[in-house]
Amino acid sequence: MTTATLDAKEIKSVITSPIADNNPIALQILGVCSALAVTGKVETALVMSVALTVVCAFSNLLISVIRSQIPSSIRIIVQMTIIASLVIMVDQILKAFVYETAKQMAVYVGLIITNCIVMGRAEAYAMKNGPVMSFFDGVGNGLGYSAILVAVAVVRELFGSGSILGFTILSPINDGGWYPTNGLLLLPPSAFFIIGFIIWALRTWKPAQVEETN
Amino acid sequence: MEELISLFIRAVFVENIALSAFLGMCTFLAVSKKIQTAIGLGIAVIVVQTITVPVNNLLYTYLLQEGALSWAGMPETDLSFLGLIVYIGVIAAMVQILEMFLDKFLPALYQALGIFLPLITVNCAILGGSLFMIQREYDFAESVVYGVGSGFGWALAIAALAGIREKMKYSDVPDGLRGLGITFITVGLMALAFMSFSGVQL
Repeated sequence: MTTATLDAKEIKSVITSPIADNNPIALQILGVCSALAVTGKVETALVMSVALTVVCAFSNLLISVIRSQIPSSIRIIVQMTIIASLVIMVDQILKAFVYETAKQMAVYVGLIITNCIVMGRAEAYAMKNGPVMSFFDGVGNGLGYSAILVAVAVVRELFGSGSILGFTILSPINDGGWYPTNGLLLLPPSAFFIIGFIIWALRTWKPAQVEETN
Repeated sequence: MEELISLFIRAVFVENIALSAFLGMCTFLAVSKKIQTAIGLGIAVIVVQTITVPVNNLLYTYLLQEGALSWAGMPETDLSFLGLIVYIGVIAAMVQILEMFLDKFLPALYQALGIFLPLITVNCAILGGSLFMIQREYDFAESVVYGVGSGFGWALAIAALAGIREKMKYSDVPDGLRGLGITFITVGLMALAFMSFSGVQL
């Protein structure tokens, strides 16, 4: 068992490094699809983030536990079965406790199965590392994903419809306020621009991530 | 016949699965540096999509749909809640077979695709294609056409993006935007351009 050799510092680095240094969306290019679809509102982005973090952490944990029993030629099917079962559970839980939100994002919860972060981490980390570290790696990558998702959602909801989590911050002209809402931000392509700019900001802050010219 | 052709055109351009439904973005952004790799991956997606969408259509019609099991004497069984896991199972199996096939017969392409071949399984374009097919209640013939069309549309989009990115090598992009950042912005512009197809009736 590897648990004895773990120290808090290593766990901390596994959790925090995906947030800025090795962000799944901004650097590893994983899990972009849903980042575009659910970021129109902060609320859906938050629910999506929590759901993905939970699925990612537990799929990493379970896959890591049985990693030496999985024959490599059928590993994808085994991983997908585990992930799909977890997603069905999350879907049922969301339907039971936050029904209204779950209804709004039904399709996207199902699409967590095809979120490459979950599968990518299972393939790249959980297949090679112990269960505990894999669990925290899942949490860390889930948080890195959440950070980008919530940032994009805040920009889109605030400037696109003048509110955050449904509370009006900038009162829009349509309701007799002063803020001319930016309709472009409500369209999905705007998420591309915002993520592009986030990457620009992140790489200006951490120049080590700048890509080489080839 | 005419309907099927118009369905094909619609699947390729109007409802392009990459640029108007935003599915399959991870591989779309990551494997579009070179036209050749992009076309290879595009072909892989067309193949997987062409097989999985009709297969899932058959499974849905004869196993999962409400009342589908009447041929087995169970007319009231509704297994549609098992849909997700069945579709993804079919997709994963197909990708695994394709992976073994490429490894044996086209090792150069296998090397070039690297980790992104297993990731076709989690390419939302593939699962999304099957889900759209179920949602829009296509019959078998339509599902074949839709599978080919949506795969082709995705391949077309990634080839176009790879073409743009190859040209972009010659431009002076600000440091922090180089690579992924500028690609996001390019795709955003392409997606805006593809929005002009929306509303085209065929």
